[in-house]
Parts: sequence; structure tokens; C-alpha cells
Amino acid sequence: MSMREMTYGEAVKEAIAEEMRRDPTVFLMGEDVGKAGTVFKVLLGLHDEFGDDRVIDTPIAEAGLVGLGVGAALTGSRPIVDIMFGDFVTLAMDQIVNQAAKLRYMSGGQATVPITIRSTMGAGRSSAAQHSQSLHAWLAHIPGLKVAIPSTPADAKGLFKTAVRDDNPVVIYEDKMMYALKGMVPTEEDYTIPFGQAHIKREGDDVTLIATSSMIHVALDAADALAEQGISAEVVDPRTLVPLDSKTLIESVVKTTRAVIIDEGYKSFGITGEIASTVYNGAFDYIDAPIVRLGAMDVPVPFSKPLEDATIPTAEDVIKAVQDMKIIHR
Amino acid sequence: MSLPSEILIKMYRAMLRIRRFEEQIWEVYTGGLMHGLAHLYIGEEAVAVGVCAALRDDDFITSTHRGHGHCVAKGGNLEAMMAEVMGRVTGHCRGKGGSMHIADMSVGILGANGIVGGGFGIATGAALSAQKRGTDQVAVCFFGDGASNQGIFFEVMNFAAIWKLPVIYVCENNHYGEYTPTGNVTAGKSIADRSLPFGIPSTTVDGSDAIAVYEATAEAVERARKGDGATLIECDTYRYRGHHVGDPGEGYRTKEEIESWMAKDPIQLLRTKILDDNIASGAELDAEEREVEKEMENALEAAKAAPYPDVEEVNQHVYA
Ligand SMILES: Cc1ncc(C[n+]2csc(CCOP(=O)(O)OP(=O)(O)O)c2C)c(N)n1
Ligand SMILES: [Mg+2]
Repeated sequence: MSMREMTYGEAVKEAIAEEMRRDPTVFLMGEDVGKAGTVFKVLLGLHDEFGDDRVIDTPIAEAGLVGLGVGAALTGSRPIVDIMFGDFVTLAMDQIVNQAAKLRYMSGGQATVPITIRSTMGAGRSSAAQHSQSLHAWLAHIPGLKVAIPSTPADAKGLFKTAVRDDNPVVIYEDKMMYALKGMVPTEEDYTIPFGQAHIKREGDDVTLIATSSMIHVALDAADALAEQGISAEVVDPRTLVPLDSKTLIESVVKTTRAVIIDEGYKSFGITGEIASTVYNGAFDYIDAPIVRLGAMDVPVPFSKPLEDATIPTAEDVIKAVQDMKIIHR
Repeated sequence: MSLPSEILIKMYRAMLRIRRFEEQIWEVYTGGLMHGLAHLYIGEEAVAVGVCAALRDDDFITSTHRGHGHCVAKGGNLEAMMAEVMGRVTGHCRGKGGSMHIADMSVGILGANGIVGGGFGIATGAALSAQKRGTDQVAVCFFGDGASNQGIFFEVMNFAAIWKLPVIYVCENNHYGEYTPTGNVTAGKSIADRSLPFGIPSTTVDGSDAIAVYEATAEAVERARKGDGATLIECDTYRYRGHHVGDPGEGYRTKEEIESWMAKDPIQLLRTKILDDNIASGAELDAEEREVEKEMENALEAAKAAPYPDVEEVNQHVYA
């Protein structure tokens, strides 16, 4: 497989460009996605290649924007709709939850809605309560939607391409703190990653760290530190929340007998609870320690740096959780 | 109509305070003392100041992501504002809100907003509450040209019209939403026209002219207090700097365009008017400037010296 080093942001852009070249029904619309290349600048150059017709600046009107995307998807287009910050997805919830997600089912299988909604997540930029949330659990809750949440440049590209090709509404969340993260990325045109395939980012025997998006890097850092203490951690990334690869997660915990689950969404009523329950049910007879869940603290994300830092799970939190399991090698 | 000289001087001083505050923010930000997003109001001062000079302390405003000017004009405290944007515990919001969420309920500042269009419902609801409580308070909703494309703008105008709510929608049309020219994404000849189908009167004013803004607002306030309902005021204005600190503000805007707006600077305009009408001398206005400078220096020093909130505070204020 030929590979090239690129950033997470470049990987997303390359995925979009390749899919737009391959399929003339794909177009991209959103606020400042055109010449500006998004506020994060990650799509710079797309407008040069595809022009106003296919890389479209829109009014600031998230509900309308997604609504138009749904209508276009229903009638032969494959729109990619960009919602700058994940916090603004809330403005389009009716369009996503009541329209996009349900049209297929309500029409008795007649409708297809191949829309890709891309948005961002993640705190850590001192952007305060309305520009920092990770609300992916909201959408994972809704039957009819698929939710992808890539943690590396290679995953971002492969999952994005799959999203565009999927005949269902897909919401893909990019952590804005990872745009500059570099990694090797396959370059061939048909490189895609099937949904519902977790990826083992690091193998280990003593404990499974199940993590999503940027929390993968927190987990990998923790795994490095734990290795120095003689504890072997396996790091597993579900990559898509819907569909969820329960099998891989369960098999890992059956092997290691312990798990810490880390996700940047709110801890309560969220992803970590869902995964913990899945793992408990599937690996019950093998589990040696209570499963630990780490998520964003259940508060609106505060502006002030010391407060904000306290709300996000860290490698130290993961290490402590594992140490508290008092793993004894026999 | 000629305005009382105290009002002109008050407006002059308020514009200076905003300008100085924003220039200071630029320094604090680029000097690494402030993080996150800082959307500067430089160039638009006459809008916030003209509007707020026509309000009472107990009237309400809702603000935007570009909110420092509104906050200063409505009576926010420079020291508490500076501390807030630096994340210090002495800030208006104890460091929890930051630049995009400054609020001072004690003087009717119901909050800046990180959501474009986030103030429409709140301002209209504050007007509803004033009506229900039988006061003659009014609520002002500041919003951008970009925000005028959010659907909720049309929803609230309908509410305001059917219930004759004491609300004033003040559009700050600075001709761009981020990097996109307003005309590319906004239908119709003007934003002011948008209220007409609802029977809400509207007007367009030169947003560099504090007096014109004041007069238009005073008329709208009178209508609102009398129970005759809402008004939409579109202010033609311009931000000199980028969308936020970090955006050079060029590329998508020409130098000539920027300079043409700077040539009719709102502070200079009012200064000229005050001098021409012999309301105050140049020396008196310079003294105002020095006082503002001093106030700003003190605010900055106090903010810098203030501590960050204790981490224990992170869980406080989630619920009442
Ligand atoms: C709901 C929502 N969508 C998008 C954004 C991102 N955003 C922040 S400011 C801005 C432009 C707003 O333009 P305008 O209303 O004209 O205000 P200006 O910045 O020009 O003062 C955008 C799109 C946001 N904060 N909230
Ligand atoms: Mg604007």
C-alpha cells in the first residue's frame, strides 16, 4: 500500500477531494468552506479545484443548511454538509434527527438519504461553553444515523470516504485539536475503512483502554507510562459508534479482564456508559475489576484554563484508574 | 434635534473606552495573556454607544460574539471585563464565560453569545417579561448581518409583532460574516427591509455616526415604552480588524475598502462635531482620553494581579 505522511486536516481534505473527483453528485456546503477553506483552514484549495458550484459558502443558518442537504440527498445528490463547531449541530437537530434519520424507515424503505454531516468536537482551546462540546452521543442515540469519530489521519481519510459512499446519513466528528496531528495515510483512491470495525492501536494483556477520537492519544500516552511500570495495556478504538464493533471490544476485555473507557463526551448518559454495558454483558465471566469510565466532567466547558483543563480526561487519570485496579501478575 | 452636551461627551468617552479596551485586548492576546477567541469591535463603537446612551440602566441588552463594545457601553466594568477575558476569578463571570460570554446582569447585560443569533430569543423574551411584569423596560438585541439569516430572527419578529413587545433589534451590518461578504449570502436590498412584512418599522442609519444611532434608538425606545412595539434598526458599520485576533482581516477585504471606512472613524466624527459646536475644547477632550488611558491601565494591572479561580469552582454554578 502506498502511503504518504499528512496531517489529520489534510487527510480529511484529501478524502473529500477524491470523492468529489470520483463522483460528480458529491458537493460540499457550509459556512466559509469556500475560499476561506473553513475557519480551521483545513479545506484550503478545495474551492480552487471545484469552484463555486461544488464548494459552496452558505448563509449562517444551520437548520436550513442541513435541511437543504437532506432534500438534496433524497433526490440524487450526495451532499457533504459542514457544521463548523459541533455545538452548532444543535441548531439543526430537527433536520438531522426527525428528517434525515427517519426518512428511510418512515417511507418503508423507499427513501435514501446519503448525506454526510461533518462537524468538530473537543475542548482545550479556551473556547468556552458553546465552542467546545463533544456531543456525538446525542446522534449515536438516534436510529437511522451512523456516527464516525476518527482518531488518526489514516482513519480520518478512510472513514470519511466510507461516509460519503454510504447510502445513509452519516455524521463524522473531527476533533479540532487534532488537525495538525501527522500520520502515514494510504494514498490509493479506493482506500476506505468499513464502518463497524474497531481498530487495535496497541496490543496488550493486562487491561484494555477503549478510547475514541483524541482520547486515543491520551490512552496511548497512558499505555506508554504503564508499560514502564510493567503493566501491558491494549488500546482499542471503536472508530464508529454506530455501528459499534462490540465483538472486538468484548474479545479484548475477555483477554485482558479489565477495561477503562475514555471518551470526551459528557460522562453521564453517554458513550462510555453504553460501551461499559456492552462489555459487561459480553465479557461478564472474565472481568476482574469494575470497569472505569472517564469522560468530560458534567459541567458546561468553562473558559478559564485551569478550570477547563480539569474537565477533560488526561493520561494521568487513565494511569491512576489502572493503578487502582491493583493488577498482580501471577 | 440637538443633543444635550452631556450626552455627547458621555458618548465620546464611552467610544474611547471601547477603543482603548479593544486595543488593550489585542496586546493582551498577542502577548499570550489571553486565550481562546477575541472578536474586536474597533470601528463599530458608535453603534453600541449610540444605542446604549438612549437606554436606562434597567433596560436590557443581548450581545454577540463581538460583544466587548456592548458591554462597555451598557455599563460593564473595565476591570471585571479584562479579568474575565483573562480567565481570572475577579471577572464578571468568575472566569467561566470569557470573551464570548461576558454578562453583567446588574446592569441589564444579559450576555454576549457564542451562537450567532443566540440573542434573538433571549432579548425578545426579556421584552415579553417586561410587558408581563408591567414595567416600561425595553430590550435591545444586537446582532450581525450574518445572524440575520438565522431562521429564529424571523420567528422572533413575528412574536414581537403579534404581542407588540418592547424590543429593538439592532443589526450591526459590517458587511462580512467571518470571511464571506454579506451580499454573497444575504438576499434583498437591505436587512432593514426584513421586518416590514411583520409590520415592524425599520430604519437604516450611518453606524459611524453616534448621534444618528442615538436618535434612531431614542425614537424606538419611546415607541417601545409607550406599548407600540418593536423596531428594527440597521446600522451601516465596519470592523477595522480581522474577524478575530489572528485573522489579519485582509485578503477577503481590500486595503482601499478598509481605509475608506477608517477615514470616517466614529470617534473622530464625534470629536469634530463636539469641537465644531464648541461643546468642549480639544484640551478637555484630550483630558478625557488621558483619564480613559489611566482607567485602562488600572484595569489591566488589577486583572493581571488577580488569581485564577480555584479548581474547586469548576462544579459550582451548574445549577441554581
Ligand atoms: C450558530 C453559529 N454558527 C456559526 C458560528 C461561527 N461564527 C462565529 S462569528 C460568525 C460570523 C457572524 O457574522 P455576523 O453576524 O455578521 O457578525 P460579525 O462577526 O460580522 O460581527 C460565524 C459564522 C457561530 N458562532 N454560531
Ligand atoms: Mg457581520
